Amino acid sequence: MTMSDYKWGMAVDIDACSGCQACVIACAAENNLPINLERDFTERRAIAWIRIERYWEGEYPNIKAHFLPVLCQHCGNAPCEPVCPVYATYHNPAGLNVQVYNRCVGTRYCANNCPYHARFFNYRRPTWPETFHNYLNPDVTVRERGIMEKCTFCIQRINAAVRIAKRTGTSAPDHFMTACEQACPTDALTFGNLNDPNSRVSQLFADESRAYTLQGAIGTEPNVRYLKGVATAKAGSDEMTAAAH
Amino acid sequence: MRDRPVLTASQINDELLWPVFELRRRHVLAFLPPFILVMAGAVAVTILIWQGLWVTGLNRPAFWGFFIVNFVFWIGVSHAGTMISSILRLTQAEWKRPITRAAEVMTVFALVTSLIHPVIHAGRPWRIVYWLLPYDFTRGVWPDVRSPLVWDPVAITTYLTGSILFVFTALIPDFAIIRDQSTGMRRTIYGALAMGWRGTPRQWQLQGIFGILMSALILPVFVSVHSIVSWDFAASVVPAWHVTVYAPYFVIGAVHSGVSMVLTLMAFMRWIFKLENFIWEDHFDAVGRLLIFIATAWLFFFFLDFAFSFYTREEQEIAVMERRLLEWPFNAITIIMVMTSYVIPIPLWLNRKVRRNIALMFWTSILVNIGMWLERFFLIIPAIERKQELTFLWANYVPSLTESVIVLASFGMVAMLLIIFAKLVPLVPAWEQKEGQVFRSEVQIGEVTVPAIVRESEEPRAW
Repeated sequence: MTMSDYKWGMAVDIDACSGCQACVIACAAENNLPINLERDFTERRAIAWIRIERYWEGEYPNIKAHFLPVLCQHCGNAPCEPVCPVYATYHNPAGLNVQVYNRCVGTRYCANNCPYHARFFNYRRPTWPETFHNYLNPDVTVRERGIMEKCTFCIQRINAAVRIAKRTGTSAPDHFMTACEQACPTDALTFGNLNDPNSRVSQLFADESRAYTLQGAIGTEPNVRYLKGVATAKAGSDEMTAAAH
Repeated sequence: MRDRPVLTASQINDELLWPVFELRRRHVLAFLPPFILVMAGAVAVTILIWQGLWVTGLNRPAFWGFFIVNFVFWIGVSHAGTMISSILRLTQAEWKRPITRAAEVMTVFALVTSLIHPVIHAGRPWRIVYWLLPYDFTRGVWPDVRSPLVWDPVAITTYLTGSILFVFTALIPDFAIIRDQSTGMRRTIYGALAMGWRGTPRQWQLQGIFGILMSALILPVFVSVHSIVSWDFAASVVPAWHVTVYAPYFVIGAVHSGVSMVLTLMAFMRWIFKLENFIWEDHFDAVGRLLIFIATAWLFFFFLDFAFSFYTREEQEIAVMERRLLEWPFNAITIIMVMTSYVIPIPLWLNRKVRRNIALMFWTSILVNIGMWLERFFLIIPAIERKQELTFLWANYVPSLTESVIVLASFGMVAMLLIIFAKLVPLVPAWEQKEGQVFRSEVQIGEVTVPAIVRESEEPRAW
């Protein structure tokens, strides 16, 4: 099995999302994200590879919150890739949009060019309290200040699964979990291999009544699709600025 | 038009070369303020690199800020020098003589200053220069030629190389003059710089040919450089950056700010180096007329940018235009920009008396440059702060003190470099002045007096 047998993707069921932010915390713990202090939020420099955007619909008291989990869409036609002068971001054969931290010089052009605001710049050197040092994930690089980072689809877990599959001579399980998916209590996130037509994620992608891509008009061909009930979409689409296409 | 002083060759030498041989108080006084600014800037850059980019006001949607605005501004300023001097050389306009060198040197220094910005703006400045070199070290990875950030250094270094050659060849005869007038160490150094200049007919011929050739070669480069800088924005997917009009819009804006900067510089030179005999009101008059045309062309593109976005009816682009025009603080910036770069100066410049009033020309040219700096801010910042439809992520960019000091220091740096340069060589080319005198000299043939050398009109025509 080579990497190109896989094409990783994720389906995000907006109808199921309760906005609990467990995915945000799980991602931070898995991927050694720096702890966002109040300062980072007021300066608008917080780093969260997956975030829950909250949009309100209607007027009080008939008010409804919509939650939109946004992560790197791992675009098939990624705007961030060609603008990097040093090839710090590129497309790997498994459909992942990969960030090479060592190569990054921090021009931040990729972040400007990302329509999803999915890229983060380390304005400060990331620090953790002394007691946290042993909690850092040894499989994930700690990023230095001055470079970009973003969701990797938990590439350390992908690599581990592919390695095991290689050793046992089978194909990787159609469904192992990224950290955010693992933490999601409502099963709103589904990660898997899009090249396998029987995987759960492929079936959700094929659901034409509900699946759409975020800002599809830009033509980025994302590997993340959003699922939304038609009735809700109709009710909310006009007021929701981040609405579907 | 007042009488032109006819100076002998040695008078020209005396009046132009004094800064090289003696140090006067006004030279030192002019040097101090920019020097202090540059020192403040050096402290700010040290803090920036030591601490990291958190000392700036940059945040998540606004990843680019003052540094990029200032970078584009200085690239713009660098355009005027070469444009003025190469166009004037090609058209053999005689009145160009005193202003070409200052304009070309300003091009070089503005380019050097602008090149600092993308480096310190990067997250890891110690790596960016090394990794953008088109040379495959041991990594096996070449720079990505698809990225506008690779086109940039290619275009700018080409332009910088061309401009330095341009300035240097025009300097050689003056190096030789200084060599011949000095002794000791100075003679050795200027002798080396003069590269064996003897003033033989063949040397003059080659020098003349090179000037014309370089002028013709550098014109396309000058257009391409700012087009490429504009593609940093136009090649992105950010609404209102992603527009085809940016390239000509940036170029004409660059010429507008650059030519105004030449005016400022001419007034300064007259004041500091007492060049009243060389830089006349006629020069201000001529440059002023040129600027009326350039500014109007710029205004056309200003409206065109709006027209295009309304014509396409692209929702997000119109939203950015609305923000530029109506939302605080961009509404104020837009008003100040249009007032200072067009509405105030142009009606004034239409008046011949104003064009010949050096103090007024000086202040209006400063106004234009304030306006054109704001124009870059106006073009770059509002769009990136409101990038795409994910309103949750919108944020405003408020520049920090460190950034502002660095921006001010960049002005100081160009001024300081120019003043240091003026200490080393005359800012008005002495040999070109003498050549001009020769062209104007007359010979007596029988009872008739005729010009010694027949050439095109030597004065700016008075309309």
